[in-house]
Amino acid sequence: MTDTLERPDVKPDLKVVGTRPIRPDGAEKVTGRAQFGADFNMPGQLVGKVLRSPHAHARIVSIDAKKARALPGVKAVVTGADFPNLADEFHEGGEAASNLRDLAMNVMARDKALYDGHAVAAVAATSTAIADEALALIKVTYEVLPHVIEVEAAMAPDAPVLHAHMYTEGLEERPTLPSNIARRNRIARGDLDAGFAAAEVVVQDRYVTQAVHQGYIEPHACVASWAADGQCNVWSSSQGQFMVRTYCAKVLGLEMSNIRVTPAEIGGGFGGKTTVYLEPLALALSRQSGHPVKMVMNREEVFRATGPTSGAVMYVKLGAKKDGTIVAADVELKYQAGAFAGSPVGAGSMTALACYDIPNFAITGWDVVSNCPKVAAYRAPGAPIAAFAVESAVDELARKLDMDPIALREKNGVKNGVKASYGPTFNAIGYLETLAAIKTCPQYAMPLGPNQGRGVAVGFWFNVGGESTAAVNIGEDGSAVVVTGNPDIGGSRASMAIMAAEVLGVPVEQVRPMVADTASIGFSMLTGGSRTTFATGMAVVQAAEKVVAQLKRRAAVIWDVAPDQVEWANGAAVCRDPAKSTGKTLTLEGLAAQSARTGGPISAQVSLNAQGAGPGFGVHVCDVEIDPETGHVTVLRYTAAQDVGRAIHPSYVEGQVQGGVAQGVGWALNEEYIFDRDGKMENAGFLDYRVPVASDLPMIDAILVEVPNPRHPFGAKGVGEVPIVPPLAAVANAVRAAIGVRMTTLPLSPPKIRAALDAKAG
Amino acid sequence: MSKRHVSAIVNGDAVEFLTDPGMTLLDALRDELELTGSKEGCGSGDCGACSVVVDGRLVCSCLMLAAEAEGRRIETIEGMAQASDLHPLQRKFLEHAALQCGFCTPGILVASKALLDANPDPTETEVRYWLAGNLCRCTGYDKIIRAVMDAAAEMRQARVVA
Amino acid sequence: MPQFDYLSPTTAEDAAKALAASGARALSGGTDLLVQLRSGRTSPSAIVDLKRIAGAIGIREEAGGFVVGAATPGAIIGEHAALARAWPGVVEAANLIGSTQIQGRASLAGNLCNASPAADSVPAMIAARAVCVIVGPAGRREAPVEAIGTAPGRTSLAPGEFVLEIRLPKRPAHASDAYLRLIPRTEMDIAVAGAGVNLVLDASGVVTEAHVALGAVAPTALLVEAAGAALLGTKLDEAALDKLDAAARAACRPIDDKRGTTEYRIKIAGVLARRAALIAYQRAGGRA
Repeated sequence: MTDTLERPDVKPDLKVVGTRPIRPDGAEKVTGRAQFGADFNMPGQLVGKVLRSPHAHARIVSIDAKKARALPGVKAVVTGADFPNLADEFHEGGEAASNLRDLAMNVMARDKALYDGHAVAAVAATSTAIADEALALIKVTYEVLPHVIEVEAAMAPDAPVLHAHMYTEGLEERPTLPSNIARRNRIARGDLDAGFAAAEVVVQDRYVTQAVHQGYIEPHACVASWAADGQCNVWSSSQGQFMVRTYCAKVLGLEMSNIRVTPAEIGGGFGGKTTVYLEPLALALSRQSGHPVKMVMNREEVFRATGPTSGAVMYVKLGAKKDGTIVAADVELKYQAGAFAGSPVGAGSMTALACYDIPNFAITGWDVVSNCPKVAAYRAPGAPIAAFAVESAVDELARKLDMDPIALREKNGVKNGVKASYGPTFNAIGYLETLAAIKTCPQYAMPLGPNQGRGVAVGFWFNVGGESTAAVNIGEDGSAVVVTGNPDIGGSRASMAIMAAEVLGVPVEQVRPMVADTASIGFSMLTGGSRTTFATGMAVVQAAEKVVAQLKRRAAVIWDVAPDQVEWANGAAVCRDPAKSTGKTLTLEGLAAQSARTGGPISAQVSLNAQGAGPGFGVHVCDVEIDPETGHVTVLRYTAAQDVGRAIHPSYVEGQVQGGVAQGVGWALNEEYIFDRDGKMENAGFLDYRVPVASDLPMIDAILVEVPNPRHPFGAKGVGEVPIVPPLAAVANAVRAAIGVRMTTLPLSPPKIRAALDAKAG
Repeated sequence: MSKRHVSAIVNGDAVEFLTDPGMTLLDALRDELELTGSKEGCGSGDCGACSVVVDGRLVCSCLMLAAEAEGRRIETIEGMAQASDLHPLQRKFLEHAALQCGFCTPGILVASKALLDANPDPTETEVRYWLAGNLCRCTGYDKIIRAVMDAAAEMRQARVVA
Repeated sequence: MPQFDYLSPTTAEDAAKALAASGARALSGGTDLLVQLRSGRTSPSAIVDLKRIAGAIGIREEAGGFVVGAATPGAIIGEHAALARAWPGVVEAANLIGSTQIQGRASLAGNLCNASPAADSVPAMIAARAVCVIVGPAGRREAPVEAIGTAPGRTSLAPGEFVLEIRLPKRPAHASDAYLRLIPRTEMDIAVAGAGVNLVLDASGVVTEAHVALGAVAPTALLVEAAGAALLGTKLDEAALDKLDAAARAACRPIDDKRGTTEYRIKIAGVLARRAALIAYQRAGGRA
């Protein structure tokens, strides 16, 4: 096999990439000055509030808002009747495609409320108290319908049907009856039966996960202003100002140029802010009232009406030879989509076996609607769920084979040149290097005490590129402003500044990165899919390179030499013309000062559709201790290794890894949506939706493996999503090692573990 | 019901504002005094993003009525830096990359300062339990804990030198 | 947030008068009340802030025991060295209520009068045989802590009555207490089960007085006399602990909910009672 790793064409002496400068937006964020979604206000603004369905499934017979409208201080009331009905239209947003028709119906219910918390009306009033009073005065008559939440129950032939128009796609024959199964997808290779027939060891089990929320600390918030001439402004916290513009335009039937969206700082998203909930409502209320309208969700609304990601039921069967060669895999994934089609089961299917080179496999995915909030993207959407099942099964296989779990994964791991389970052929991947990093990390050799266990799991994410725009503008003093259209969700301004500084050859402090509104920079897909440092970074690098080319031309003009006789080094043009004085230089500052007489302002903008985001692999090891009497799990140690291509700002790359691990540990141990008998969420708050707190976690060691991505100027790969993929199984496998019982249903909360221990004891 | 007049000291300065009886201190800080550094993440005391210090005690400003602030001394994130000099905790948070989105950061800084004011040499476990009421969903807490420990060490050193 | 009157009386008598009005509610730390106000679970006509009453915040030693003002926040309770020496179980229970921020506000009386069956400080106070001083329109009266809660969210306090202070009795030699709870995380959760144990030993380490109280396993915190009796006359040998465990479990009448199953709560009540008993015993100077 030819395994020649393409190396990116980068200078070996990178000066700025790989360093850890202070983030450019840091001082504002540690002093409380940074403006997040709810921190912005407009003169004369009203308060907007949403009336939400108290039923999991109900026909909306009528809505009477007369009393609410008559209440002094109420300036607008909108319901589903105020929004156009859209046809099916799919919009590719960067994380997952959205059906705009469903999106519009999720923003505001029309004839049916499909989950507890679904918006059915909204008001704008001069104060919060009046808005609340107005909500109480709106009389909605519901015809309560039977509901269904759990995925396999929703797939049953006798389940209450959410959408009468939904017929399962992807089956061999078009079904004759509507159902809650939106789609079946299937990926297969080889001969599954022959594979299992040849297998000497087989493991199989059923795995269950619950819906979990992204849990960003900042609730959704926006201010919208609809001027008398139809020109609109929106300030909001989201993962993409252009996404907000597109969706508002579609939901309300407006021209995009009439909507200007200014991104606020975003207080966490993790995929959950890749869609809109409030913005179209605020615009509609602003249009009706003639005032700007501010809307801020409370935490209960965030849980009941936004996010989450799917709960799932999965079946995994693996067959292997005694030497550990996996010869067959059969995986079935059933994912909740929430109230509208579009669970991440597609990505779950594509990632499920992506770390393994298996000759015979089949992966079947089911996208199933049920009466819970429409799922939103959540960090590597779909992948952690599938990895929980597959990595648990691989762990069982290692036990049956009496093999080291890393050795088993090395034996079956994908390499460069291998055709991935989801199609393409891998190139420049660093999976084996990442496995090796964990095999040799200190934690893997540490002795374990009683009631302690160690678990290993791996994970994969594609990472994506996509459309981005960046501009680099040089000031008259030679300082640089880098403008992009991607909200900075976790330090991307720092990486943009680093990459521009590297190309320009100036200190990073001389570069000021800005995130611009939709009228001030070209289109950029949202911040998601781990694409920003890769794709937007590529646009920044190319724009900076264009600026350097201009600077060289201008130096050539000044020196009266041919442009190819000028080099750019260390932030200055260097003359290489032997006819003139070789080696003389003109700094960026000097060139900027003379720009007026060499051609005017120095500036470049690049729009591109980046391809070739390098896929990422993570390998995690988790040590736990169980209290056998209470079933309480303590995470003692955690090490996560990941191929990151090249870390532009290593601290923020480590931070992505650590944050992903923490979210995954929460998912594994305590987080879950709990619904009561009527389909209402019982734990819509941070008290009983239990995200990890500081005392729940140990230090999380992040090992950055750098196998450069040949398609990025500095070798970067996306890093944000991979680290949430392995932890669910890493924790479960550690618990298995500690208690001797395979736990197949998340979360691994104390009552479940104690019950398992009691069952084991008989 | 008419509004009440409240006088208090915020970040060392006398302030006055009017409040509905139902208004929380957090709402008063954000909406009446335009100090939007304190954030609302939950409104129920579970996330700590609204942390402020009242008469020397760390509290959630979402769980205190604005009317209760009469005559009290309140410290918020806006009062932490001295003019343009960042507090050592603020500097260390930047050096250690202890923030990603930055939304929980003001509350965590206020809580951390209250910790170091009370306990200049905390253990890692003490820092973790003290900050258990401050949710951060981005960082996994690792770099936050390191930043607090490092700031504490620097502040102890500064005391020795002084 | 709903509209109401806010009153901050400076005497207990004025507070009682204000609280006698229909729909008035007492405010001490506010960590439960403000959450209820916001969610609409309560809509009082008036909020009567008790914190400006003289003595409402603070701890004083009296007749060898301690008097804790109704609105004294957990942080102050935790800093009181003498109280922590005498009643470490009560102090650790008070300090388990919520986060550091909650500790800046939450009080024993508030924890008690909120009448949650899962309130952490209540089993510890019951085991400690703590007594409430109650002020009302009819004057003052005293009642044991276990007499306050009658059902989730309900108390035996008459209109206008409020708890002004909590009295912890004088400690004999060789006496101590402990409180443990089980939560899914390490902090910030409501107890799935809790157990407070208060022991007095003789000079040889034999238990001469034992009180065991459980939380979150019944509509109110329970004083389990049989559990205390199981320890009397023992040095907490395995048989005594088994009896304690069984008596604790037998007393439980929990519910299944989002925080725990009936079965789990019962088992854990026994485990926690055992562990708390051992800690209290060791603190009292006993060697098991």
